[in-house]
Amino acid sequence: MRVGVVTFPGSLDDRDAARAVRIAGGESVALWHGDDDLQAVDAVVLPGGFSYGDYLRCGAIARFAPVMHSLVDAARGGLPVLGICNGFQILCESHLLPGALTRNDTLHFICRDQRLRIEDATSMWTSDYDQGQEIVIPLKNGEGGYVADETTLDMLEGDGRVIARYLEVNPNGSRRDIAGIRNERGNVVGLMPHPEHAVEDLTGPGTDGLPFFTSLLNSLVAAS
Amino acid sequence: MIDTVAHAVADAEHPQPFAELGLKPDEYLRIREILGRRPTSSELAMYSVMWSEHCSYKSSKVHLRQFGEKKPDTDALLVGIGENAGVVDIGDGWAVTFKVESHNHPSYVEPYQGAATGVGGIVRDILSMGARPLAVMDPLRFGPLDAADTRRVLPGIVAGVGGYGNCLGLPNIGGEVVFDPSYLGNPLVNALCVGAMRHEDIHLASAKGVGNLVVLYGARTGGDGIGGVSVLASETFDEGGPTKRPSVQVGDPFMEKLLIEATLEVLKAGLVEGIQDLGGAGISCATSELASNGEGGMHVWLDRVLLRDPTLSPEEILMSESQERMCAIVTPANLDAFLALCGKWEVEAVVIGEVNDSGRLTVDWHEERIVDVPPRTVAHEGPVYERPFHRPAWQDDLQADGPDRLARPTTPEELRQTLLTMVAAPNLASKSWVTSQYDRYVLGNTVLAQPEDAGMIRIDEETGRGVALSTDCNGRFAKLDPYAGAQLALAESYRNVVASGAVPLAVTNCLNFGSPEDPEVMWQFAEATTGLADGCLELGIPVTGGNVSFYNQTGGTAILPTPVVGVLGVIDDVERRTPMAWGPDGELIYLLGDTQDEFAGSEWAHHVHGHLGGLPPKVDLRRERLLGEILVAGSRDGMLTAAHDVSDGGIAQSLVEMALRAGTGARCWAPDGLDPFTFLFSESTGRAVVVVPRSEELRFTEMCAARELPAHRIGVVDSGLGPDAGFAVGTQVLQFSDLFTVALEELRDAHERVLPTAMS
Repeated sequence: MRVGVVTFPGSLDDRDAARAVRIAGGESVALWHGDDDLQAVDAVVLPGGFSYGDYLRCGAIARFAPVMHSLVDAARGGLPVLGICNGFQILCESHLLPGALTRNDTLHFICRDQRLRIEDATSMWTSDYDQGQEIVIPLKNGEGGYVADETTLDMLEGDGRVIARYLEVNPNGSRRDIAGIRNERGNVVGLMPHPEHAVEDLTGPGTDGLPFFTSLLNSLVAAS
Repeated sequence: MIDTVAHAVADAEHPQPFAELGLKPDEYLRIREILGRRPTSSELAMYSVMWSEHCSYKSSKVHLRQFGEKKPDTDALLVGIGENAGVVDIGDGWAVTFKVESHNHPSYVEPYQGAATGVGGIVRDILSMGARPLAVMDPLRFGPLDAADTRRVLPGIVAGVGGYGNCLGLPNIGGEVVFDPSYLGNPLVNALCVGAMRHEDIHLASAKGVGNLVVLYGARTGGDGIGGVSVLASETFDEGGPTKRPSVQVGDPFMEKLLIEATLEVLKAGLVEGIQDLGGAGISCATSELASNGEGGMHVWLDRVLLRDPTLSPEEILMSESQERMCAIVTPANLDAFLALCGKWEVEAVVIGEVNDSGRLTVDWHEERIVDVPPRTVAHEGPVYERPFHRPAWQDDLQADGPDRLARPTTPEELRQTLLTMVAAPNLASKSWVTSQYDRYVLGNTVLAQPEDAGMIRIDEETGRGVALSTDCNGRFAKLDPYAGAQLALAESYRNVVASGAVPLAVTNCLNFGSPEDPEVMWQFAEATTGLADGCLELGIPVTGGNVSFYNQTGGTAILPTPVVGVLGVIDDVERRTPMAWGPDGELIYLLGDTQDEFAGSEWAHHVHGHLGGLPPKVDLRRERLLGEILVAGSRDGMLTAAHDVSDGGIAQSLVEMALRAGTGARCWAPDGLDPFTFLFSESTGRAVVVVPRSEELRFTEMCAARELPAHRIGVVDSGLGPDAGFAVGTQVLQFSDLFTVALEELRDAHERVLPTAMS
């Protein structure tokens, strides 16, 4: 299975996302922000970083990159897309996911090993987890506070579209401790913490992030 | 009006503001002698920045020579002192480059930007060697934690280091946070970067090949970071020109990230003949150094430089320290490809000059010649001073005032209270308030990071080959004895690297001192450099480069002499790294090395008594080397679960940190004949705490005995001690037999709340 990883100017975790795809057993394909050709990949990861230096607003400029024109259409057509951190911000700016990410309530950038609960193990990116499973993966962001109006939050909760929630500490002031959400169809997932940094015991707090990537590959196999 | 070479000849006695630019009368006369005429204002600008202490090392050079003269025999050094950064061979065709630099004064004036551009500058040094930057570290020093100005400076500096490094995508894997009153008016911001490349990809700063082009690329040149420009612009040269501008540079990490990717691509594509970053002294430095190291000649069309501010004068353009710029030497045939790759990354690039064999660096401004100098005289043949130095009159009194008269805790309860006080001392307390603002995960190769002894990254994902790095310095030891203090810094850094399981290979340093014009400071500097050079020779690891920062003082009072030493080690497989957290119940805790009654300059004397006096702990580099061999062998042969160096705060601090990291308690005791206070808090060197599985005990202790390294069993990991000591079942405790028991939660609370409380 071929998984595209998009590099924008200022993307930082693109190598890590590609490595996670490979460790999970997939083939990673480098996609370039300035090229609208998705190279017939089976799924796409929008990695973390500071695309365009976070100028204007996180993800606000990346949303207009040529690759996003193709990606938005493809995602609406069912292509699996995972946006991590800055990628989550880009998905919100692109209106593939509702809500927005705001400055951490602590006003500090925060890097920590974060405990999460998987709230929805039905999406293409979370199906290898158990419903309610607790995991620890790195979190690192300066603008990770998830906000949306109450109606939207109620809708996300009611439809089971909150895929992960912060446990023990809410590190950034996210409404209702939301760490990640999905679209209605379950192919588009946005997540503030970084599963791609938890795919090897040696370099992460464990391998709790790996199932995000194996879930995808298994979902693709099942669908094919 | 532009001051051209023709003017300089015609108007020979025009008065020039050399003193305001920091040049001494005899230095100005020497420039006139070199040129055979008065310099133009642009030439004066170039000489003044390049002959500054910062660029020319004019006060330190005679002492720094020792690093070359006393260089140990080693095959590891691929590029030595003098280039942008040293390069060492770590095996398998990999080369690693690393360096530490200071950005002290800018960070005091403008904490965020000062610290941010400190990171940016050292990253470009590493990049200009042809390496991909892979990690940063930040040794920081502040005034007392409870001082009002520390609350101004510290959050800004930490945010600046984090803001720049995080946005660049470089993990921050370690550093130091130290508090001492001497840094109150002069905090120290040192920044280290490490990068890696294949041997064949090493690049040097030289302009080779007549007819090759000089390409300036990256950010546009602006009016930021111009030293002394107010004098140049408003008083003598150009009335009505730009007004005073800030002398602190402003960083843009996003531009630097693009610059890194663009640079690595043009290097990989083989489009670069020579490369240089633009840091201190900007275009003056880059052009004169490139020309001086190459064919010896270069011509520059200065009006082609892309500007942020079109009103800048040529003198300002030559001196500007705008960030995120690089200079490359490119053949005419490769130019289009070079520009195309820059365009891919949206980095602006422009040809500003050409290499020739004239032996001169010439600069034109709208077809008028404003600079015509021999480049070596600018870049490499600056003044050299033999500054007078002498041992301070107070040194003997300081050394005579030892810590023996200080009241020591004796009862178990006093010892327990001292332990809780010490783990909450600002210098020993948890630094996670700082390090949690840094991304330690990006790039996915961080194997160890703060609070571990050393930072460790994987270089080769196939083989697991990696490097470990530590930076250390105890300025109090250096004040008591600068020669020994520098060696103690070296020893501690070395020990931190071997504790991780890596083999030390090379050294970088950042020598932070007061004014070189003060003979007593100069003595400290001379002693420290000699101590460091002698120490590196004895340990067999060469100094590959570094940085000198003088004039760190408030009024007439200098900071503690602070020779920060960074040691780099190599590990053939990062899978065998030794962390500091001990393992499960039953594992045995050993103390390696000898413990003496050594409290002069210790954290206990400083924190509990506010005392500094006596002679620092004895240095024994042969012992450090032996300890290192044992720790590396223990790692290689799978005999160690954990290891932790013993330094600031003594064994007590080491045990507490290991227990907190593991979340598991232990029972400990002092070796026979050692009084509990000395056991817990002495700062004797050459020691480490190691944790050995029972199955490996015999093999490990026999190895230590055969090599004659003292090894004392001082404890055992035990998670079940709580109930016996009156705590609830499951409570993890650290028990010091026959003395006292303390819950890990109480230690953790004391240890971790210090910085957040002070900064809230």
